[in-house]
Amino acid sequence: MAKAITEMELEEDTQKGKYLTFNLGSESYGIGIEYVIEIIGLLPITVVPELPVYIKGIMNLRGRIIPVMDMRLRFRKEFVDYDERTCIIVVEIGENSVGLIVDRVSEVTNIADEDIVDQPMLSSGTSNRYIKSIGKVGGEVKMLLDCDALLSHHESELISTIG
Amino acid sequence: MPVTYENESMLEIYIFEASQSLDQMEQIIMKSEREGTFGEEAVNEIFRFMHTIKGSSAMMMFHNITTIAHTMEDIFFFLREKRPQILDYSTLSDLVLDGVDFMKVEVNKIKNHDAPDGNPEDLVMRLKAYLDEILTTVNTGEDKAAEPETVSEKDSVCESEGLEVQPSAAVLDSGGEGAPEPPLKPRKDSKKKKSVQSYKAKLYFQDGCEMEHLRAYGVVHDLTELAEEMFYCPQNILEEDGTAETIRNQGFELFIRTTATMEELQARIEKTVFLEQLILGHADQPEFEPHCMHQDDIHWIPAVTEKEARENAASGNSVSDTQLPLNGNSVSDTQLQSAVKEQPAGSQSMISVNVEKLDGLMNLVGELVIAEAMVTQNPEVLALESDQFQKASRQLHKITTDLQDMVMSIRMVPLSTTFIKMHRIVRDMSKKLNKQVVLDMAGEETEVDKNIIERISDPLMHLIRNAIDHGIEDEAERLEKGKDKIGRISLEAKNAGSDVLIILRDDGRGLSKEKILAKARANGLLTKPEHEMSDREIYNLILLPGFSTKEQVTEFSGRGVGMDVVAKNLEEVGGAVHIESAYGQGTTMTLKIPLTLAIIEGMNIRVGSSRFTIPITSIKESFKPAAKDCHKDPDHNEMVMVRGKSYPILRMHQHFHIEKTETVLADGILIMVEDEDKEICLFADELLGQQQVVVKALPHYIKSMKKILGLAGCTLLGDGSISLILDVSGLAGLRVR
Repeated sequence: MAKAITEMELEEDTQKGKYLTFNLGSESYGIGIEYVIEIIGLLPITVVPELPVYIKGIMNLRGRIIPVMDMRLRFRKEFVDYDERTCIIVVEIGENSVGLIVDRVSEVTNIADEDIVDQPMLSSGTSNRYIKSIGKVGGEVKMLLDCDALLSHHESELISTIG
Repeated sequence: MPVTYENESMLEIYIFEASQSLDQMEQIIMKSEREGTFGEEAVNEIFRFMHTIKGSSAMMMFHNITTIAHTMEDIFFFLREKRPQILDYSTLSDLVLDGVDFMKVEVNKIKNHDAPDGNPEDLVMRLKAYLDEILTTVNTGEDKAAEPETVSEKDSVCESEGLEVQPSAAVLDSGGEGAPEPPLKPRKDSKKKKSVQSYKAKLYFQDGCEMEHLRAYGVVHDLTELAEEMFYCPQNILEEDGTAETIRNQGFELFIRTTATMEELQARIEKTVFLEQLILGHADQPEFEPHCMHQDDIHWIPAVTEKEARENAASGNSVSDTQLPLNGNSVSDTQLQSAVKEQPAGSQSMISVNVEKLDGLMNLVGELVIAEAMVTQNPEVLALESDQFQKASRQLHKITTDLQDMVMSIRMVPLSTTFIKMHRIVRDMSKKLNKQVVLDMAGEETEVDKNIIERISDPLMHLIRNAIDHGIEDEAERLEKGKDKIGRISLEAKNAGSDVLIILRDDGRGLSKEKILAKARANGLLTKPEHEMSDREIYNLILLPGFSTKEQVTEFSGRGVGMDVVAKNLEEVGGAVHIESAYGQGTTMTLKIPLTLAIIEGMNIRVGSSRFTIPITSIKESFKPAAKDCHKDPDHNEMVMVRGKSYPILRMHQHFHIEKTETVLADGILIMVEDEDKEICLFADELLGQQQVVVKALPHYIKSMKKILGLAGCTLLGDGSISLILDVSGLAGLRVR
């Protein structure tokens, strides 16, 4: 029993501090790999009506129905057509599984705690709400996502879809 | 007190069996009460149930339950043996039902991993008092006849004691020779013709088997059936855990007087699990007396008056005549975890299965259906055009369908179990509120998915409580209104399309629209101007949280938390509540529940590049409309004429914002669908074909955002694409009020 606990702790340690980084245009983001299940190429997406514009629909992943979210639209960026390098990162946050459509997937990197700083308080844009902190890797800056906020939805967004 | 439930499975079995026994017992009691008599079979059955519960509770060390079961067992033993004329069945039923309730509560606590710490003392006292009461009433009648017997019985006791020493004593009447005892004979078992012998036994249990005191009790329990008289040492094996230690070190001593032979006795005791050593021998009389004091709780034949019983107890005579049915070995059996215990006579052989396994099985079968569709409807495969293949795939489809049907039927449980529970509620409430109410049932063999049964039980109970509490007026009022003084509630279940309807009717005072509106107005719950509300909408106001027109809060209702919970529970399984009422005459509540959540026959349709599936049961017909049959009404809603009737049209591409579809009505296809009394026509591009589909719920993430009107779920088609399943009642509601 004790052995299992230490093994678990070690496992958690091996996942801590590791982030999967991806790009949307010129900006780099990171997501803790404890949330990431898999990375796949684009699958056919079935549109579901009356959902916020950033939810593209649902897809069939080996028999499971997974909703798909376009990250550009989520961050209120300009929509770009998908190409052969567009990927879907399947994440599991709590009891929800969601696929995130991103332009490019980079790599899994270690970001030590000391290289992570809280994001500065900006007054511009709503992207801030989804960013938990900023990480520095090899001279570059990656914005680390707050997964729970990512999946939360605000009433104002929903109301706009009615009609 | 070891409360470690190491044997979870044994505990589960205990809970399952105890609950079943308690439920069945409840039914028998109520049936007997209704019939006005406790027939022999009923008494026997109740006795058996009590006995089983006592044994298994003792095994599991739930002393409270054991005590209650034991006391009740005594009562029914007396009833069984003596068959007294009880005039007040109501009191007996109440008492017994109280006992059942107590045990149910305790079992529930155990189920929730709480300690069963209810205090049975009060109830035990009442039970014992009742037993005393019937004893005296019986025996005052017999006292006169019993007088001469007491003397002879005592004689016979002394004589038989004296005769015991020689095991080879000739066949005697157990009463001893020479003592006139004709009245006693018929009461005692005829097997007393054999000689009664005394034996002593010493039992040692294997090292480390633990719970020796309970095993010893098991032996005692087992032998009670054989024994005329039995003592054992140490005595308090049920109450004192320390006795386990004593038994471990010194062995368990048992003195028994029985008609069985030594061989029989030995064989019997040797069946005990974990028995290390048995020393069995004949006992000389002197050994009986000094050792242990008599054990009171071995059954005594209450044919003896209570006074005599006390005297007999002092002199150490107790005759135990219980014919214990199969459960003589129940204690050791439970150790072996036999899941199949005694069944009520005439029931099919059943097996209890963990519900999780069933769920897993259902999921797998669902996946199988999808996979099969994906194989057989694969475009490349279809292009093969091979006869052999067609034959084989048809065969495969047939088997898959059969498998599916079978698995679905496993999960289906008849509603009768739920309905029967309602009897109890009707009885309790009509007693407490002093109203005479009769419950009629119909269609209880209708089957419903197991998941759903659990969800509707509470709402149904609440509705029945409401019907009796609010609906049925009291006798005086009813007579005044010219109604029959006995209120009637009818509970009916029937299949309607893909749903099951449970209809609850009462002939009470009905719903008052004015009162409802007044209350809603007072609580600010009105969203529409009153005169615009239809009757149905007014009645549906009572489903809102916090709504109650009862002036006072009673034990049963009035807090206004009931109806909205009912509505919510139903919604969660995909059902609905409908209320109809006629003021002064009665109310009808209809619960609509989907038959099965998982697999439906669907018709696939295409709208643009999107696919949808409509449940076949909702489809009435489909047709290509002629331009001349289509028109618009004054509000610019499109309508189509079919055989003289006009139906509203719902354009799918408009509703779901799909592009690149047919827009001219004559180029697409109209599908007429209905939901209860609402019929509309859906406009789509083309029909793709019928298919059995596995309903998958929309992802939790999406459902948590909002309920999308018109979508009931989704399914995977043969080519792997996703088809959205339409919710016809939602769509119909868009066009039809």
